[in-house]
Amino acid sequence: MAHQKYLKNVVTLKLEQEKCVGCGLCAIVCPRAVFKIEDDLAWITALDNCMECGACVGNCPVGAITVHAGVGCASAIIHSWLTGDEPSCDCGGGGNC
Amino acid sequence: MTETENCCTPKVAPTDSCCPVNAPDTVQNCCPPKSGKQSCCPPVADHRKPEYKLEGFIENWLDTPIGEIPVVARKLNRVDQFGRIAMRWGIGRNHYAVAPGIYAVGTPDAEAEVLISANYKLSFDVLRRSLGSINAWILVIDTKGINVWCAAGKGTFGTDEIIRCVKKFHLTKLVTHRRLIVPQLGAPGVAAHLVKNGCDFNVVYGPVRAQDLPAFFTYNRQATPAMRRVNFTLLDRIVLTPVEITILYRQIFYTALALLLLGGIGSQVFSTSAALIRGGSAIATGFSGLVAGAVITPVLLPWLPGRAFSLKGIWTGLAIAILLGGSLLPDAGSTIHIALLLQVTAISSYAAMNFTGSSTYTSPSGVEKEMRIAIPCQLIAVVIALGLWLWTAF
Ligand code: SF4
Ligand code: SF4
Repeated sequence: MAHQKYLKNVVTLKLEQEKCVGCGLCAIVCPRAVFKIEDDLAWITALDNCMECGACVGNCPVGAITVHAGVGCASAIIHSWLTGDEPSCDCGGGGNC
Repeated sequence: MTETENCCTPKVAPTDSCCPVNAPDTVQNCCPPKSGKQSCCPPVADHRKPEYKLEGFIENWLDTPIGEIPVVARKLNRVDQFGRIAMRWGIGRNHYAVAPGIYAVGTPDAEAEVLISANYKLSFDVLRRSLGSINAWILVIDTKGINVWCAAGKGTFGTDEIIRCVKKFHLTKLVTHRRLIVPQLGAPGVAAHLVKNGCDFNVVYGPVRAQDLPAFFTYNRQATPAMRRVNFTLLDRIVLTPVEITILYRQIFYTALALLLLGGIGSQVFSTSAALIRGGSAIATGFSGLVAGAVITPVLLPWLPGRAFSLKGIWTGLAIAILLGGSLLPDAGSTIHIALLLQVTAISSYAAMNFTGSSTYTSPSGVEKEMRIAIPCQLIAVVIALGLWLWTAF
């Protein structure tokens, strides 16, 4: 099945291409095929595919990527609205939380 | 070494021995004679200790430079299977862990790969089952019994824990290479370059699904693009629906209780029979909304119009409400009919929105945006439905 798409133009992912050294790790770790490596540089090819997991940010050795990473559980977000804490998904089980 | 050498000195097999003919010459295959005669088998280590449970998936022990390491089965036994089903229904989900440490699959040596895993038993089971005929080490790190993806998001499956375990379990004495195979979905918690700095091991990201590991190793530790993607198949979604309902069980219970109490309110102040009949039917319709949102919506997800989950839940809720209304309430357009429509749709929309947490493509920014619009609408619909429903009692 082709990629299921979520809302448009909400993702906080940013790439500073000037810093990129073309190691390719962002493309390897991204589970949503957001990056492409071409001419020894990373390119964002499918911004709206990003689910803000933060894998690319942590693995970029030169800090060229930023994203506001977090959990997408509705219940976690409601909890954070009520308590003012950061959303935290209490997912002890389940395949994907 | 021959069987008899292994079994006995002098080289005569004890009569009545239960040694299988042509058994491979391992200590395990040396069986003492059944009766009377003195056994000449080397002593076998007994790993049972008082107060400790020897897990059913450990089938053997392997002598290594860092001590004896448990060898785990490649196949799942009945206990493993039962645990998997129970987990899906939320039974004992907070304690489903294996002890952190190093495990062996098959007969790995100093060249064998080291696979990193979370100590969530479901992940561990999938991993050992997926290895095919590969001999490998599994380094299970402590994620408090939480799966790789969630633990990586929280940082418990992360750089520091990997470095700590590599050092604690003396991995450098066990293997000669400097390579750790980390599941790709652990990447949100792991920084490969920092692991390298911290313990001098290179992180190689494996495929998303453990089932692809044999192919990954065949292609020289290269994953195809398809192996790097998460998908969200019909089966994935169906498996997750019980999780959804069990997450909501507390809310379901209190809502049902409130509906029973409110159902009894009417012109005679409070009537128990009205509580049961009106409250009971409100619970039933509420539950159908839940099924529409938490079960039907996930199954039909790709085919329902709209991108927001709350919107997708509206379609299934409306469909169920119209079906229910048509069969139960002949006078279409009545007050109670409108209340039913609003209630079922709002609940379905809310339950569907909760599924964003289980889906594998929503972003937190998107979910938050969706919720800011959807929750007020759902609340208004529920309040109106409740008002209409109470009003019909008088
Ligand atoms: S945050 Fe995650 S999904 Fe988004 S681009 Fe980075 S790795 Fe891909
Ligand atoms: S991980 Fe960073 S440096 Fe490496 S290709 Fe991606 S953006 Fe460039």
